[in-house]
Amino acid sequence: MSADSAQVAPELVPVVRRYMNDVPHNRALGLRVVDFARDFFTVELPYDPRLVGNPETGVLHGGVITAAMDSASGGAVLVALDRPQRIVTLDLRIDYLRAATPHEAVVCRASCYKAGYHVAFTRAVAYHDDPAAPIATASGTFVIFRTPPPTAAGGPDGSEGAAT
Amino acid sequence: MNLREAIVHGKATGDFSACVAQIAYLQFMGISMEVVAGELLGHMAYSERIVGNARADALHGGTLGALMEATAVFTVLAQEAPVIKVPKTIGITVDYLRSAGRRDTWARALFTRQGRRVASVRILCWQQDRDKPVAAANAHFLLSPMS
Repeated sequence: MSADSAQVAPELVPVVRRYMNDVPHNRALGLRVVDFARDFFTVELPYDPRLVGNPETGVLHGGVITAAMDSASGGAVLVALDRPQRIVTLDLRIDYLRAATPHEAVVCRASCYKAGYHVAFTRAVAYHDDPAAPIATASGTFVIFRTPPPTAAGGPDGSEGAAT
Repeated sequence: MNLREAIVHGKATGDFSACVAQIAYLQFMGISMEVVAGELLGHMAYSERIVGNARADALHGGTLGALMEATAVFTVLAQEAPVIKVPKTIGITVDYLRSAGRRDTWARALFTRQGRRVASVRILCWQQDRDKPVAAANAHFLLSPMS
């Protein structure tokens, strides 16, 4: 992982690195975190015949792209926070611009362009090699369930880890 | 039976299981299409691989989107108009309404507008109680009639 994680809150780095492995569906899809910084989060979905939606063309099912976009967008919210918080997707809009090319991995790059106290806003793009030739674009909103930071005396651990 | 024959069979009988069986992703996800009391419903069986947050016992939001998109596709295919090619999804907007737990999930799609080139579909998704949907979606599909 070539993560430039310098800007990401130190507490978040292990959470983000575990993100794919801790989420059973991400693991089932074979999603992997490729790169992240405070202002973006990139995941890669390897091509897998089990995820094909059209047996005649070998093109991935749209649902796979939806799930990958959701995971990438959730990751973008996590890295934008100051410490781990539970987040859930409120809504996600996906536009399918063209079919994914069979046998090629899909990259989803997401950014959280506004993280408010309760709500975060994301956009994401899915592509093979060139972000300027997108397969799909997404915009999402996430609810952040903020808990107070743990006290020095060992208060409640607010860390709920990654949620999608 | 190839995919086209399976679609024609599904349109004639309302039974799309031969079609679903050919789509690897639906098998992977445990998604099937069932006719219950005359309604075409999408059904996603619970499995560990569709979980998004193991600690919160919540399904991954993307899996609900996938179930709703698949249900909408088959609802478009099942209509009487001569659509026999798999419709292309133009876009889908999913609203997550409640946490979806570790159990089976259902979806039902209804046309909001049916044009010659574009179908607009509204989809609801629930678990135990249909009156308490866990997610809702709007989707648009590009149709290829008779081609």
